[in-house]
Parts: sequence; C-alpha cells; structure tokens
Amino acid sequence: MVTILYSIATLGVLGLIYGLGLAFASKKFHVHVDPKIEEINEILPGVNCGACGHPGCSAYAEAVVLKNEDIDKCAPGGDEVIKHIAEIMGMEASSADKKIAVIHCQSGGKDNTFFRYKYQGIATCKAAILISSGPNLCNYGCVYQNDCIAACKFDAIHLDDNGMRIVDKEKCTGCGACVIACPRNLIELVSSKKRVHILCTSHDKGALSRKLCGNKTACIGCMLCVKKCPKDAIEMQDNLAVIIYDKCINCGLCADVCPTSAIFDPLKEVRAKKKAEAKAKAEAAKKILEEKENTVSKTEEPVKKDV
Amino acid sequence: MEFVAKIFSMAIAAIFVQNFVLARFLGLCPYIGVSKKLDSALGMGMAVIFVMTMASTFTWLIQTYLLVPFKIEFLQTIAFILTIASLVQLVEMVIQKTAPALYKALGVFLPLITTNCAVLGVAILNINEKFSFIEAILNGFFAGLGFTLVLLLMAGIREKLEKAELPKSMKGMPIAMIVAGCMALAFFGFAGLKI
Repeated sequence: MVTILYSIATLGVLGLIYGLGLAFASKKFHVHVDPKIEEINEILPGVNCGACGHPGCSAYAEAVVLKNEDIDKCAPGGDEVIKHIAEIMGMEASSADKKIAVIHCQSGGKDNTFFRYKYQGIATCKAAILISSGPNLCNYGCVYQNDCIAACKFDAIHLDDNGMRIVDKEKCTGCGACVIACPRNLIELVSSKKRVHILCTSHDKGALSRKLCGNKTACIGCMLCVKKCPKDAIEMQDNLAVIIYDKCINCGLCADVCPTSAIFDPLKEVRAKKKAEAKAKAEAAKKILEEKENTVSKTEEPVKKDV
Repeated sequence: MEFVAKIFSMAIAAIFVQNFVLARFLGLCPYIGVSKKLDSALGMGMAVIFVMTMASTFTWLIQTYLLVPFKIEFLQTIAFILTIASLVQLVEMVIQKTAPALYKALGVFLPLITTNCAVLGVAILNINEKFSFIEAILNGFFAGLGFTLVLLLMAGIREKLEKAELPKSMKGMPIAMIVAGCMALAFFGFAGLKI
C-alpha cells in the first residue's frame, strides 16, 4: 500500500515539478518570433537551393522579415511565391525576370569536340581540367564531363544524342548551382526574355580559336557583330565578343552577320519566315494594286473618250 | 591513476566494444534516418552527445535520491523518460534564448532525440552497471561520442554511395542496411579487446 502511495506521490510530484519548471521556463526564456517568418517559410519551396544567397529557405524568410531583404530573390518559387510574400509583407509585387542558365559553348559533344587525349579519370569536369588543361583542345570550352548536370537539383540539364548539355527552359529555375559547378565558367544566368546569345567563351586569337573549336563555331573576334549592333550592346573583351544583356533588344542582326555562327538566335527561322511572309504579302498587295491600277486606267480611258 | 585507467577503459568500452548503435543496437532510427548527409549527421551527433551527458547526470540523481530511498525502482523507465523529455525541452528553450547560433545548428535534432532509446538506454545502463555519479556522466558522454562516430562513418559512406553505380533495386535504403550490417560485423571485432 505504501509503495503505491509512494509511486503516485513521487511521479506526481516529479511531473508537477517538471510541468511548472517548463511553464516557468517558457515564460522566462520566451523568444519572440515574428509569425510572418513562419508564414513565409511555409510558402517558400523548401528546396534550400541557396539561390537567394541565404543558407536555406527559413534563413531567407527570416531575412525578408527582419532585415528587409528583397522579396524577389527566390528563383525556384517564381512569380507565385513573390506574390504570396508580397501579400504577407503588405508590399507591391514586382514581377521579377525569370533567369535561365545559358551555356556559352557549342562544343562538348561526342562528335563536335577535338580531344587532346582520352580522359579516363574521375568523371567530373573539375578533375578533368587538371590534366594538361583538360581533354579538349580548346582551353575555354566544355570538357565533355557533366558537373553542371550533377549540380542541377531540378533535373533541368539533359544530354542530347550527341552528348551535348541542353538546358530545359521550363525546368530551369535560375538557382545558379550549375554556374558555380562549371570550372570553365561557361554558364551564365540570363533573363529568359533575352534570346540572342554568343555561344563561345574562347579568348584565343581568331585563327587559333577557329582551329581548336570542334564545332567550328568559335568567336574569332572579327567585330562584325559589334559594328552591326544598333544598340551598341556587344563589346569586345580580349578577342571575344560579349553581349551586354541590359542593352540587347533581341534584333538578331549580330547573328546574321556572324561568319562562324558563334551567335545563336533561336528566332532566326521565325524571323526569316516573317520576313518571307511580309515580302509575299507586300508582293501580293503590290500585285493587287497594280491590277487595280490597270483596271482603273482601263476603265478611266473609256470615260475620257466619252467626254 | 587508477581512476584515469578506469575512465579510459570505460571510454573504449562505450565507444568501440559496446558501441550503442552497432553492438547494442540502440538508436537505430537516427542512425539510418539522419546519416544521408555529413553535416546533418554531425549536428545530430552533437545533439546526442549533449543530451546523453545531461540525461546521465539527472537520471542518476533521480535514481539515487528518489527511487532508491522510496524503494520504487520499478518506476525507473517512466521516471527516466519523463525526466529526459522535460530536460530536453528545457534545454531547447534555454539554448534558443541564450545561444541562437547553437540552436540553429542543432535544429530539429534536439526535439527528435527526446525519446531516442539510446538516451534512455544509457541512463538505465548507468544504473545497472552501478556507476558512481562522475562515472555515469562520463559514460553518457562517451556513449554519445560512440554514437556520433558511427553516425559520421555511416554518413561518409552513404555520401559516397549516392554516386556509386548500383542496381536500381539496391539504391538508397537497401544498400544502407547492408552497409550497416557490415559495420556492425566490423565493430564486433572490438569485442576481443580486454581492458
């Protein structure tokens, strides 16, 4: 009987002490946490990719609330998340440009790369470039390993049949993991609205870079594009033409004049089609006009005769 | 000197010979669950060392000054669980207030191990082995150290395994189980150590 009493009393008192202690502690050691932080944290994608420059999603949420961090830093979340954060913070949402990774090299596949030697070491670019400046002849180009693919958390970079790395524009969130991963610094985050890219990073002199490029699409530094650009958006940087994306208007004139096709313009065909259509239309209109004029002049003449 | 020797042999026993995870098979849930990444494994290990040391201290006091005098040792399990749980809660609050950096580093692991059986295991073992107060605290610390060691080893291996070419059916958990088995076998080699 005594044992039962002792047990009840002991455990009861223990529980009471602990309970009171915790209650007291929760008051005494109360840390005020802004409920907004929790809310924003729940909206964020939770992939902890670090594109915002903070160690994780919760750190970014905290920075937004406490340190007035910009609300449009979350690349994977996109417009949707920015809108929600703006709602919580009571701010206007400025729709941010979606940024997409662009690989500035057209070489790096099975049959469009010139190799110095056959690389059989650890399958990463970082290891490959340590041996005689990499397995490919071009010291600036893609080394035919796949660090960018390994770095991508969103499965947005794929290999095509030729072993070239293709960025999936839909899946790419612009987190920048591949930019950091590429030891040749070939990848750049560019606004998805910019469509014309110079797909070469070679600073070699024209003749050399043309010789070394397995795809024959090296920038040879001829400066035709620099002269052609109506907005002065292309600059020469050590034998390499570089687009200043802030000025670029996607006109595609540079791609037309580039003698080595180093400049990539996905709208080229669309533009050509449009041009052809416009031409056809103009011609058709001309024809109709001419026909009309002919008929008018034919009808006018008899009138004159009547008078 | 004798005391130092005893402590040393206790450390070897707790870390290697009678390792909590691989010889006693306690705390397997975090061992498999939190060993995917090295840094989170380190965080978990630190939290476990901390909680085990604290738990050893307080449960020994509870046992010696509460349960034994009243002759209610059969309440050991529930009293210990109660103590460990509220202790971890209290520690969490204190850390959150006084050392936010440490709180962030430990993160979710602190509340996770509240009811980890390895923590309760070390508390009960301390009593069964009739350790003194100091010995009990040190044993808790060494047990946590052993746990951390194994967790880190496992995390290192599993990070490599991520990149290894495995048959699809073996990827992830299955190969982790096999690795855990191999590690347990290896650690049984320490059983021959006599100190």
